[in-house]
Amino acid sequence: MSDVNVSELPVPVRHTYVEEAPVLSVSHLSRRFGAGCPYCDDSSNLLERNICPRCGAVHAVRDVSFEVHPGEILGIVGESGSGKSTLMQCLYFDQTPTAGDLRVAAFDGGATNCFGLSRQQQRHIRDTIFGMVYQNPYLGLRMSFSALSNIAEKQIAAGSRNVGEMVARGEELLGRVRIPARREQDPPSEFSGGMQQRVQIAKALSNRPPVLFLDEVTTGLDLSVQARVLDLILQLRRDLGVSMVVVSHDLGVIRLLSDRTIVMLDGQVIEHGLTDQIMQDPQHVYTQELVYSLL
Amino acid sequence: MRNTYNFAFLDEGSKREIRRAILKGVAIPGYQVPFASREMPIARGWGTGGLQVTLACIGPADVLKVIDQGADDSVNAVSIRGLVRQTTGVATTSDTRRATLIQSRHRIPETPLTRNQLMVLQVPTPEPLRTYEPRETVTCRLHAEAEYTGAYLELFEQIVRYGTTTTDADHPVMVGGRYVMAPSPIPRFDNPRLEDADNLFLFGAGREKKIYAVPPHTHVVSLAFDDFPFVREDFSGKRCHVCGATSVYMTETVDPATGERVWQCSDTDFCARHAAAARVAAEKGGDPQ
Repeated sequence: MSDVNVSELPVPVRHTYVEEAPVLSVSHLSRRFGAGCPYCDDSSNLLERNICPRCGAVHAVRDVSFEVHPGEILGIVGESGSGKSTLMQCLYFDQTPTAGDLRVAAFDGGATNCFGLSRQQQRHIRDTIFGMVYQNPYLGLRMSFSALSNIAEKQIAAGSRNVGEMVARGEELLGRVRIPARREQDPPSEFSGGMQQRVQIAKALSNRPPVLFLDEVTTGLDLSVQARVLDLILQLRRDLGVSMVVVSHDLGVIRLLSDRTIVMLDGQVIEHGLTDQIMQDPQHVYTQELVYSLL
Repeated sequence: MRNTYNFAFLDEGSKREIRRAILKGVAIPGYQVPFASREMPIARGWGTGGLQVTLACIGPADVLKVIDQGADDSVNAVSIRGLVRQTTGVATTSDTRRATLIQSRHRIPETPLTRNQLMVLQVPTPEPLRTYEPRETVTCRLHAEAEYTGAYLELFEQIVRYGTTTTDADHPVMVGGRYVMAPSPIPRFDNPRLEDADNLFLFGAGREKKIYAVPPHTHVVSLAFDDFPFVREDFSGKRCHVCGATSVYMTETVDPATGERVWQCSDTDFCARHAAAARVAAEKGGDPQ
């Protein structure tokens, strides 16, 4: 071993974890639909799935905490209705959480709870620090505007007023997600589902955000497109060091992408740990069921 | 005049409500103030907003001018002028310099207005973000947060598709560095007339129930990108075939005698006065410019 010159190894893989502080830190996030009562306000009390047996309030997300570190991909798995998308939309300020605390390192070093900021400041974070790819492209794209305009929208929001630069950036990103240049002026309403999803990814990347939220990016795509999208995501992490939160109910996707994984059920986190750990040694009954059903 | 109606058609309570909306609009330049648009004897979409603003502001000593696309004698202008005259008895004129109150659709007169003149514009779509966002609740919030991505995106889309902005009229403006405003469908040529003007501009949208204002000497900037600056319509090399004027807003038409394409001033009052002045100059032997 001693005579192997390290610098001559074919693929130099570098792991530099300089920053210790998390880029995103979420604690005790809850999103409740309904008035709530003293019984269900105490998160140690049991609910009927995610519905309070006393007052009938629905707890879509209940007391969720996690951290995302620089360059890390955090996976969130869980069945339909387990609160994954609601959680993501709360993080992206699309929904207002009932309670919770969100610290964003790139905004102010994590000094303030971003849920307490004004809508203008939240919009600023959304436009400059976050990128979001929705499960439903209709939520993330303006279907009647051209693909280029969709990508420019985020840049205009962040203050860019130079058409040439925005067009160049848009074309670069569309090339990256492999959308041919002759389609760049077409509206996404004329695109296939996979192309729409890739335009969304290009749009989310337009401001080089340090944090990316991906909500079921590959659901509904055929396998070859799925593979291409997953490839792209891993490339982005490798080249740009983007931190990501990836929501999926597809364990294969999670296994491929994420370093750490959170398992959600009925709005709560039932298990979290390294992805390999969860896949090979699931602790919770639901996770076991989920992992075995994959085989 | 048989006094069947209250002075200026509207009852005093309605006029007060409209004046309150106007005052609020003047206090917050570019902000769209909602008001209870009345049923008028003309159909909504035919200038009821401008008409209500005119009727709420007009006094017996005013001299009224009404123009439609620059012309004093088009049907819409004639009937609005007739209605206001019959219900108020005020003097009317087509001379921009004599008028104290000017109601207009789609043009601001070529003759610069003074601080003693009031300009009322009829507005079909007061919301500059409407094509970007159809929901009123959302556009209200976007205005509150000064979030004008949508207005720029609209222009960006035009540049991407056609290589230039394609707003013929109603090119959005930023008023006082705060509110993006639809200047009503005036041509881009007239947009700079809103900037640092001596007179007060009032905008009335009857169907959409909104009133807004640009007070005198307000900073009004047409939206543009750094590498695609705002440009007015270009009439270089063209001259009015009636009065010979250049560098005014002109419309293309066909000379009925020769069948040729010619250009003509859109502002008929300006054209008539300019033609008369040119005739006088020609009689004195000067150059008929």
